[in-house]
Amino acid sequence: MSNIIELKNVNKWFDKFQVLKEINLEVKPKEKIVVCGPSGSGKSTLIRCINRLEEHQEGSIVVDGNEISENTKNIEKIRAEVGMVFQQFNLFPHLSILDNCTLAPTWVKKLPKKKAIELAMENLKRVQIEDQAIKFPGQLSGGQQQRAAIARALCMEPKIMLFDEPTSALDPEMIKEVLDVMVDLAKGGMTMIVVTHEMGFAKEVADNMIFMDEGRIVERAKTNDFFENPKSDRTKLFLSQIL
Amino acid sequence: MNLNILKPNKENISIYLVMGVGLLSVGFIDILSNTFFNFNITRIFPEIISYLSPLLLGVFGLHFIRIEYSGNKTLDIINKNLNSSNFNAILSLIVVFILIKYLPLLLKWAFFDANFLGNTKEDCTGDGACWVFVKVWFNRFMYGMYPNAEQWRINFSFLLLLTSIGSIFVFPNKFKKYIILFLLFIFPLIALNLISGGLFGLKLIKTGSWGGLSLTFIVSAFALIFCFPIGVFLALGRRSDLPAIKYSSIGFIELWRGVPLITVLFMSAVMFPMFLPDGTYMDKLMRVIIAITLFEAAYMAEVVRGGLQALPRGQYDAAKSLGMGYWRMHFLIILPQALKLVIPGIANTFLALVKDTPLIFVVGLLELAGMIGLAKTNPEWLGMATEGYVFAAFVFWVICFAMSRYSQNLERKLSTER
Repeated sequence: MSNIIELKNVNKWFDKFQVLKEINLEVKPKEKIVVCGPSGSGKSTLIRCINRLEEHQEGSIVVDGNEISENTKNIEKIRAEVGMVFQQFNLFPHLSILDNCTLAPTWVKKLPKKKAIELAMENLKRVQIEDQAIKFPGQLSGGQQQRAAIARALCMEPKIMLFDEPTSALDPEMIKEVLDVMVDLAKGGMTMIVVTHEMGFAKEVADNMIFMDEGRIVERAKTNDFFENPKSDRTKLFLSQIL
Repeated sequence: MNLNILKPNKENISIYLVMGVGLLSVGFIDILSNTFFNFNITRIFPEIISYLSPLLLGVFGLHFIRIEYSGNKTLDIINKNLNSSNFNAILSLIVVFILIKYLPLLLKWAFFDANFLGNTKEDCTGDGACWVFVKVWFNRFMYGMYPNAEQWRINFSFLLLLTSIGSIFVFPNKFKKYIILFLLFIFPLIALNLISGGLFGLKLIKTGSWGGLSLTFIVSAFALIFCFPIGVFLALGRRSDLPAIKYSSIGFIELWRGVPLITVLFMSAVMFPMFLPDGTYMDKLMRVIIAITLFEAAYMAEVVRGGLQALPRGQYDAAKSLGMGYWRMHFLIILPQALKLVIPGIANTFLALVKDTPLIFVVGLLELAGMIGLAKTNPEWLGMATEGYVFAAFVFWVICFAMSRYSQNLERKLSTER
């Protein structure tokens, strides 16, 4: 099977500070990858590069057959195929939950309004907040907001979903409801790259684990191998601290 | 009985109340007798004490009744709002005393001793204001030199404006869009052609004879409609990644913000025609409206930019990650939120714009304040400046207050954060 995401020798600098060093990564369709590592290791930057919320300076990133670079004219088209969920939810506070979900499908994919609403309700049902559809984001709990954000991303019917620490801003009680939705999504066959510290979730759904430190991918392994016998000392140290 | 006059307490509340209210009453009687009967009951004291006596009596009185949790609701409300400390007590007293001393004078001048009847200056016999002046000149204050027989055209235009604005609230949301489009694009054309005439057998009326409050409205309305979108685009331009757009926006904004409006108006009237090719002509009023529009747009741009900067980066990220391009992101996500944040600033700029319109007198256009300035120099009506400008102030205040209330209303209606 051909790769849906391919990163080759990606380097990125913030001014003089190199945040990504020689990143190579292939993701196959329907593969689930969990990225972990200490803060500042470049995990978020890595997945933000995949839909060009950050620009990389060297190397190539190919998403679904399209090279992402400065010359990419149809970057919006690629982004429409890559859903993203953020740590801070980033729902649009001036729109109701339903409008949050229908806005992009109607304006970007030109879906008829009625279809978009049907699709939105379907996805809100999937994340179990269909009863909150007419409320505004500010009226929802953190867990509900994050689930709404997942539904909003799903409404674009993306091929790939990127999760940038989706549970880090949540109360412990609400983490589970969000993780449940993500597990359900994974079982549905979505291609997922998840940056998270939730190792329980990683063990349950991930096919492959990636450990990053100081801008490099230190270790990439099958989930079982990663937890049972990590190769590098840095990974061992990290795992001993968080498990 | 333990009576500590420095620390009024609840146990002896009735004694403190009697003392406090008594002192307050003496203070008030003093100032009232001073104001209305010209009789100073404290004149036995030295002048400075006599002058300050109402204040001193009042402060001691308020001190005695400042009892926390007294159990008396009225007393608690008074203490909380007017009398929470000695300093606040003094401020409360000063405000009340100023009102007692000067409000009656103002009312006497404006109403009780004022003259409303008659047609000439000689009919004003009282000591108060001569509102006859405003009455006689009212037509000119409203329409300037616009011929009386044609004034229905102005009236009709404003009626049309008011009804279409009113219909926004009456008709369902579906039609809202069309009414707003009509107001923005078709109405200005209709109004302009109707008021200036020259088409459909309407008599042509040169802009030189437009004036009064209607001119205030015309200048403000056109400037308001156009300065807003220009300001928004300038704000976006200033934050653009493209250097050409960015630096020309910055240049434009800083140039117009750095020049006084009165200079801009002079330039538009005197210098601008020199740059036009021979034979081309641009109406003076048009030039003035364009000048004011661009001037206020520069201010609007900075207000809007403030809103844009207040939005978290996550909103841009989220919009981009859903596949929205620059324009969709800004018009669907960023601007609705940013503009909502800066409604007070926008209202501020709009109010300033309306109040800046009298400056067009420097190019010979006379709106409300300008017409009053003209009328007060009429030999038959000399000495009426106060009445005229009080009237102008009142009219401007009503307009601006209405706009301010509307903006507050809008803020409440649009708030979804709670």
